[in-house]
Amino acid sequence: MIPQAFNYEAPTTLAGAIALLQKYGSDAKIMSGGHSLIPMMKLRLATPEHVIDISGIKGMEYIHEEGGFLKIGALTKEVALEESPLLHSKYPLITDATKMIADPSVRNLATVGGNLAHGDAANDHPAVMLALRASIVVSGPNGDREISIDDFFLGFFTTALEADEILTEIRIPIPPAHSGGAYLKMERKVGDYATAGVAVQLSLDAGGHCTHIGIALTNVSASPMRSVRAEQALQGQLLSEELIQKAAIMAAQDCDPNADLRGSVAYKRSIVKTLVARAIHAAVARAGA
Amino acid sequence: MQPLRELARNFITDNFILMANITIHINGVAQNLDVEPRLLLVHLIRENLNLTGTHVGCDTSSCGACTVLMDGRSVKSCTVYAVQANGKEITTIEGLAKGGQLHPLQEGFKEEHGLQCGFCTPGMILRCVDLLERNPNPTEDEIRWGISGNLCRCTGYNNIVKAVEYAAKKMQGAEVPAAETVA
Repeated sequence: MIPQAFNYEAPTTLAGAIALLQKYGSDAKIMSGGHSLIPMMKLRLATPEHVIDISGIKGMEYIHEEGGFLKIGALTKEVALEESPLLHSKYPLITDATKMIADPSVRNLATVGGNLAHGDAANDHPAVMLALRASIVVSGPNGDREISIDDFFLGFFTTALEADEILTEIRIPIPPAHSGGAYLKMERKVGDYATAGVAVQLSLDAGGHCTHIGIALTNVSASPMRSVRAEQALQGQLLSEELIQKAAIMAAQDCDPNADLRGSVAYKRSIVKTLVARAIHAAVARAGA
Repeated sequence: MQPLRELARNFITDNFILMANITIHINGVAQNLDVEPRLLLVHLIRENLNLTGTHVGCDTSSCGACTVLMDGRSVKSCTVYAVQANGKEITTIEGLAKGGQLHPLQEGFKEEHGLQCGFCTPGMILRCVDLLERNPNPTEDEIRWGISGNLCRCTGYNNIVKAVEYAAKKMQGAEVPAAETVA
């Protein structure tokens, strides 16, 4: 499989990359690890005239807490997320999901920013970031702007990124004490996209009431989705088994999967129902309240 | 407008191929090459440099037969453009034995019968070099998880796991049966 010919640019600064985007407009594609873009180019589903490789830009690979937020640089590789002790102890939802993304060699090159900017509902980070109520920082010719994750995914492979903007950082509010999260993914084999995936992040108060909950789904809708009704059913409540099952059924009803080789619509809804309940239980166990 | 634009573009790409100049350190030797940006790293390795130990299996980053090390980390070279390797160190299976001595992983695959047809072996071994670099004493589960992106259709993986365990012991200085040296 040979991609269509293209012009390759490898700017070493963010300003340089943005200038190239201004010059080439929508004829250009940004590439970081390339593990979403290159397969599409090899199939000629993507035929950009210019590929702008931003992997050489320094200072965009980091994971740290600052000013009330966990900040992750867009060029941070999946392997760095997977191995981060901070994420493992405090943001296990991210660690869970990262371990399930593709395979170890792909995670050596693939980046969290690319996973999000690709805008694919089959990717795992969109649901994770929806459940964590992240915001996305993008840089363009007029500086930076911050986009709520709820406003970032606009539709099928479509995000709020303008043609001259680059995703530069992910910001996640630092969760309060007694918070926990979990990501569960049903996949046929390592490296496959999810048959269905579920991300849950929640916080409990001293009495065990759920003060915050985020529930989002992978690969069961045209664009990455939160299960808002399921969240509302649990918000402020004591999490009884009955309520958890009720929320799981709502998530299964509200998703919109396609039948494909991974299963029928009914099968995928049933997977969503099971995984939502399990992920809530796992998140509660990790919240430890 | 679109068809005209497509025609013009095809004419340009067919007749004036854009080349990029890159330097890649492959198995310790610097190579300066002019390549098409769309050239995949695996094709550069196999066809431009004649290092055919790196295999093309699925061509879709699923099977791992094309795995090489880029700056010490395993990557699937069918899903990396050669231009992305500019300035980087690439290690292929041909660069693993040092001074006539097999790498402990090569020795392990030989001693523990970690291969049958051998097609997946170069990729499997380079993946495991990265694995043992990061986790020198992996459990069986960690080995199986570590090679989860590399497919073998012959062995059933059991002897591959043993081969990696052999190499891990050897690399930590434990006594293991000696292998022959490379001619």
